[in-house]
Amino acid sequence: MKSVVFGQYYPADSFIHRMDPRAKVILSVLFIVCTFLCRNAVSFFLMTAAALCLVLLSRIPVHLVLRSIRPLILILIFTSLINVFMTKGEMLLTPSWNIPLPWGKTWSIRIYAEGLWNAAFMILRIFILLIGTSIFLSFTTTPIAMTDALEQLFSPLKKIKIPVHDIAMMTTIALRFIPTLLEETEKIMNAQKARGADFISGGLIKRAKALLPVLIPLLISAFNRAYELATAMECRCYNGGEGRTRLKVLQLRFSDVLAILFLIAFVVGIFFLNRLGLIYTMK
Amino acid sequence: MDKILLRDVCFIYGKGTPFEKCALDHVNLSIKSGRITGIIGHTGSGKSTMMMLLNGLAKPTSGSVLIDGYDIQSRPQDVMQEWLLKEPYAGMRRSAAKRAIKQEIERRRRQLCFRVGLVMQYPEYQLFEETVYKDIAYGPSNMGLSKEEIRDRVLSAMRQSGLSEKLCEVSPFDLSGGQKRRVAIAGVIAMRPEVLVLDEPAAGLDPQGREQIFGEIRDYQRETGSTVILVSHSMEDMAQYCDDLAVMAHSKMILQGTREEVFAQTDLLETVDLDIPQITKLIQKLRQRGLNLPANIYTVDGAVAALRQLYAQTETGGREE
Ligand SMILES: Nc1ncnc2c1ncn2[C@@H]1O[C@H](COP(=O)(O)OP(=O)(O)O)[C@@H](O)[C@H]1O
Ligand SMILES: [Mg+2]
Repeated sequence: MKSVVFGQYYPADSFIHRMDPRAKVILSVLFIVCTFLCRNAVSFFLMTAAALCLVLLSRIPVHLVLRSIRPLILILIFTSLINVFMTKGEMLLTPSWNIPLPWGKTWSIRIYAEGLWNAAFMILRIFILLIGTSIFLSFTTTPIAMTDALEQLFSPLKKIKIPVHDIAMMTTIALRFIPTLLEETEKIMNAQKARGADFISGGLIKRAKALLPVLIPLLISAFNRAYELATAMECRCYNGGEGRTRLKVLQLRFSDVLAILFLIAFVVGIFFLNRLGLIYTMK
Repeated sequence: MDKILLRDVCFIYGKGTPFEKCALDHVNLSIKSGRITGIIGHTGSGKSTMMMLLNGLAKPTSGSVLIDGYDIQSRPQDVMQEWLLKEPYAGMRRSAAKRAIKQEIERRRRQLCFRVGLVMQYPEYQLFEETVYKDIAYGPSNMGLSKEEIRDRVLSAMRQSGLSEKLCEVSPFDLSGGQKRRVAIAGVIAMRPEVLVLDEPAAGLDPQGREQIFGEIRDYQRETGSTVILVSHSMEDMAQYCDDLAVMAHSKMILQGTREEVFAQTDLLETVDLDIPQITKLIQKLRQRGLNLPANIYTVDGAVAALRQLYAQTETGGREE
């Protein structure tokens, strides 16, 4: 298991884990549409509740989900500041503060209630978007299942001569070998360290040179692996996607369809909720 | 005298992730100086992990590793605060002191690697130089030795690991599997470590190659008097070449002692699906039936010799009656 799985995938047994990956791709697209449709406080409240439900349903520890958002905190702060200071509205909250700038002009800070609302909505929107898509796509779906799903969803493009199968196969193979290569890199590094290799001291050039004893064996084994894989595929008469059957046939179950229908209903609901001018509606 | 001592060592892979895996579970082990110690256990029992602790490539999650009675250096984050208060780091700027401490720890780790030479499992993949000579010289040159000293060490390492001097200028990638394995072993032997650790040195070789490699390792040990640790899952090999044995199962150390002591515990070994060598079993059965045979027979050759001797004794004994 360890070697086939990487990235954010979190193994657990939940309804979302068991879903057909194609359904999950569709669901996350719908979810994205949903978050962009949201315009007023009630719909945002509903969306937030929906995102929380997703986290609970997927049985992924909340701290892991929050940790995946941490790198985006800077962006969140930045967008909210822009929203707070740049939105013009009707309800002025501050007296007009005028700050003289060194080059003669003055800058007047005006914060409107609408600005605060917008900032809050933007933060929520990014938050919900990230939680939703990462629950559907990265936390509960292995990258390989993901490529499988995308291959089938895009298979109509074969009609216009886009080699969907080949792209998917290449992606799958690349994904499959990333953990193997990482493992191998670690092994080779350890072997050279055991012979006294020093990867940390000295200047840039010295350190780059010190990596040669790792890179050369790594490249050699990567090429050998590629040749072996090619031979093995040829021995099994692989010649592209034509007439190929699958070991694991993806099956869209009733519950998957139900989930999609439910989310579509949700989208429609949000759309109409926006019509009601509750409290504040974003433009 | 204990050369290496593991005290209550635990090792956990991927601590704090969903893939957490305890590879060593409160392991105690003592390795005697100047002997060949065999570590036996099925695949996945934690042997390779334990070997990486011996030369500091991995740090135990808890517990300590002692070499010649000294605890080998712990993790940087553990000693950092303590060292920052000590000379010569106390007088430095904080960032410079931290860097200096990291470098000092790395220096000690490398020093440790030169003292405890580790040949990893399937070591062929570590070869990278253009010629066999240069590849074997990689370790010694990292030690900062002179050209002559390196040459001397490389050539003797090649001899000890059964490589002919003609191979010096050959590319290591043109060699056979067994020869590549030998070059990798020579690359570690050339550092003249006090302890030589070999992780499954014969894995994937044919029976003849296995015998040769093990024979060379034994000769190397007899010649240099160094401490050797052999890792394997094959009882037959271990029985033949090791003085002491340690048995691992499911991340735990379940039995250790001299070869004779360990093989006396047939029942305990069977509970973890390990078997004493067939021939030793046969001799044990014969002894149970009252035949006067020695208990420490681990090879077919040894058994033949013992049976011949017994036969000769009974012959002469019979005639005297
Ligand atoms: N790099 C690693 N990451 C996670 N788990 C590992 C890693 N290396 C080994 N393990 C696990 O640790 C356990 C012990 O492995 P190892 O020490 O290689 O056993 P042995 O050498 O006896 O076959 C195994 O269950 C293995 O899956
Ligand atoms: Mg191993």
